[in-house]
Amino acid sequence: MATGDPFLKLDDLGVRFGGADDPHAKDAVKDVSLTLAKGETLALVGESGSGKSVTALSILQLLPYPLASHPTGSIQFDGEEMIGASKQTLMKVRGARVGMIFQEPMTSLNPLHTVAKQIGESLVVHRGMSKSAARARALELLKLVALKDPEQRLDSYPHQLSGGQRQRVMIAMALANEPDLLIADEPTTALDVTIQAQILELLRDLQQKLGMAVLLITHDLGIVRKTADRVAVMTDGEIVEQGPVAQVFDSPTHPYTQMLLAAEPKGDPVAADTSATEILAADDLKVWFPIKRGLLKRTIGHVKAVDGVTVKLRAGQTVGVVGESGSGKTTLGLALLRLQSSEGAIRFDGKDIQGASWAEMRPLRREMQIVFQDPYGSLSPRMTIGEIIAEGLNTHGIREGAEVEKRVASGLEEVGLEPIMSRRYPHEFSGGQRQRIAIARAIVLEPRFLVLDEPTSALDMSVQAQIVDLLRDLQHRHNLAYMFISHDLKVVKALAHDLIVLKDGKVVEQGPAKAIFEAPQEEYTQALLAAAFDMKAVDTDAVSD
Amino acid sequence: MSLSPINQRRIQQFKANKRGYWSAIIFAILFMLSLFAEFIANDKPFVVMYDGEIHLPVFNGYPETAFGGEFQTEADYRDPFVAEKIAEKGWMLWPLIRYHHRTVAWDLPSPAPTGPDSQHILGTDDQARDVAARLIYGFRISVLFGFTLVVVSSVIGVLAGLVQGFYGGWLDLIMQRFIEIWGGLPQLYILIILASVVEPNFWWLLGLLLLFSWTGLVGVVRAETLRARNLDFVRAARALGVSNRKIMVRHVLPNAMVATITFLPFILAGSVTTLTALDFIGFGLPPGSASLGEMLQQGKNNLQAPWLGFTGFLSIAVLLTLLVFAGEAVRDAFDPRKTIPGAA
Repeated sequence: MATGDPFLKLDDLGVRFGGADDPHAKDAVKDVSLTLAKGETLALVGESGSGKSVTALSILQLLPYPLASHPTGSIQFDGEEMIGASKQTLMKVRGARVGMIFQEPMTSLNPLHTVAKQIGESLVVHRGMSKSAARARALELLKLVALKDPEQRLDSYPHQLSGGQRQRVMIAMALANEPDLLIADEPTTALDVTIQAQILELLRDLQQKLGMAVLLITHDLGIVRKTADRVAVMTDGEIVEQGPVAQVFDSPTHPYTQMLLAAEPKGDPVAADTSATEILAADDLKVWFPIKRGLLKRTIGHVKAVDGVTVKLRAGQTVGVVGESGSGKTTLGLALLRLQSSEGAIRFDGKDIQGASWAEMRPLRREMQIVFQDPYGSLSPRMTIGEIIAEGLNTHGIREGAEVEKRVASGLEEVGLEPIMSRRYPHEFSGGQRQRIAIARAIVLEPRFLVLDEPTSALDMSVQAQIVDLLRDLQHRHNLAYMFISHDLKVVKALAHDLIVLKDGKVVEQGPAKAIFEAPQEEYTQALLAAAFDMKAVDTDAVSD
Repeated sequence: MSLSPINQRRIQQFKANKRGYWSAIIFAILFMLSLFAEFIANDKPFVVMYDGEIHLPVFNGYPETAFGGEFQTEADYRDPFVAEKIAEKGWMLWPLIRYHHRTVAWDLPSPAPTGPDSQHILGTDDQARDVAARLIYGFRISVLFGFTLVVVSSVIGVLAGLVQGFYGGWLDLIMQRFIEIWGGLPQLYILIILASVVEPNFWWLLGLLLLFSWTGLVGVVRAETLRARNLDFVRAARALGVSNRKIMVRHVLPNAMVATITFLPFILAGSVTTLTALDFIGFGLPPGSASLGEMLQQGKNNLQAPWLGFTGFLSIAVLLTLLVFAGEAVRDAFDPRKTIPGAA
């Protein structure tokens, strides 16, 4: 599909942060050469810190100069050199000939401006349009990006839109001046799978309609396979392999690419045993948050975060909980651990713990643990790894120094870390290592039940696979019961024996994972699976937008 | 004790703010010097060597008779008669300024206040007392008062904020309303009324100002605590079964302290100003005490003696400027987003 001459050309581009004589100067990008032709989609793939966003930002010269500099290379856009170009030249290119979409639709829009104003701004600046003309064009653009009720949306503020709608507005802004090149920096990472599929489909459509070139930056290989013509794999600031998608995916030559491709969570859960002992069960569990209005704060209704979920967890087995954001997955997990007040029976070891007081719960805390999504937020930055892991032990009566040290060391070994690391602080570790530490904190208490709240979604692809392997291994070794909460169906598929599909706090579908993945019964589940595994947006009312 | 990396980074950032770093050093030196005011400005010598014996008048009172005088009362070393007696059989070592802040100079060439000269480098005030001596003592009491007020009100404020933010609910609601009502009381009038009932001294003033100043930090700490109690690592601690008190002390308080410490230098500057203002309008420390506010008041009453006003104004301006600059450096040190140039 690659047509025409390359009109974006990067030659041996280097980016350095820090001055020339700075001993701490770091080369973020080294010798990157790329070409991009009209109508072509090039995907830039790499893990976090690989320099892919920095490369993209340097095309528009948006890096924090003079802290950043280009020691080598050139960037030619349509025959014009961008490095060292004058402000006027850059202004003409930015927003007019090159559009950019950012990852986070929540923060990329100005919360104080209406949609019409945000889109109109670049039209007024670059084309000298009048306000009414800009408004008319904004409406046209909203129709182009298939936003529902575009007339009403013109006067909406960002907070009135959902994540997917905001990303559509961002795309409309980027397209306002009919750019020749669209740079999309992780455009769907912050979105739910169903919406991700819709946005990717929209980008594909628009590219065909407008014939622009797209530089897609992503860490998700599934997206690359579905949308890109060519792919460039980056690691440590260098491009290690590039070529047509089919070729790179089918016969990768560089070991890093091979590793990345092999890293997708694979495998099936260890065989389930339906006769295994029940650890924790809940019947008709409800978490309703009252909505209070008026002077006397009368309850006029409820937000039903979790509405009538029945679940049973057995030793050595995993119940996967999937759903879009806001479907009540995390609340369900917290309620089962009695960290969130709820209604309905919860039995642990056959004993009802719903009414148990905080003091009565304390001895049980040892048996049920949780691992959170964000490994950067779940470890106290002021404590050493050893202190973090030992905290639970101290709380449950293991205080003797040597004993604590021994258990902390074995906990670290169990998650594949060196015991010597216990003296260091969390910020010295990568995301994957931190998540291992969080897991060590939970399992050092030898629990029988573990809630895993999106433990892999903040991690790079290759690290995700390692964590999944680790979790499976730990489950096998200690006969643990897992509740695995995730929006990433690939990971769930690799771990779960049973599956619960949640939507708006209600169970849509529940049963053995294998059966659901093979033959989903409900429309919503079908849409979710199509979006996750085939990047296909299903036109149905079952999914939100 | 080795510093954690986070604190090493803070010290680095504190030093990176050159203006604030040097302000803090200058302030520390001035404060240390003022703590030894008795050895810088005093109407008694450090050491008297008399008849082969060492006397330390700063620490012990000696009667005049000890030096061959006539009275049983404490020796007045500035009296030419006593000085002569001592010179006969020994020597005296005087501080830099030979006046205490209460010492009245009887030997002025013209009626007080007199301008700066070789005897009184900053002149004398309208009661013939040395301005330089009064400045040093006044500086000390202002800063000490400020520190004490800040420390005590921070401790109360942080505890109140922590408890409110952590438990929330009714406790929080009631305490917040109480603080709002309490904050509505006219602080100055209450001070004036009380000043007419009791003789205000250092501790009385401290107590009275404390009644109102502790609420200052509650809002900040409460907000930080409300944020921190929903952080993942606090929830993780709950899941581990850690008790509320331990969670508060170990996990929540350190987070809330960052905002508190950032505020402290500015609150200190505020406390110093408050005391100065009270002294200026005459409801502060008892009459005769050395204080920056009293010096300003004298300057206002004696416009023909501009050295009084200038000294008062400049010393307060320098003190507050140093505190605010140092505060800015502290704020930088605790700013997680601040990057150190050259070390990024």
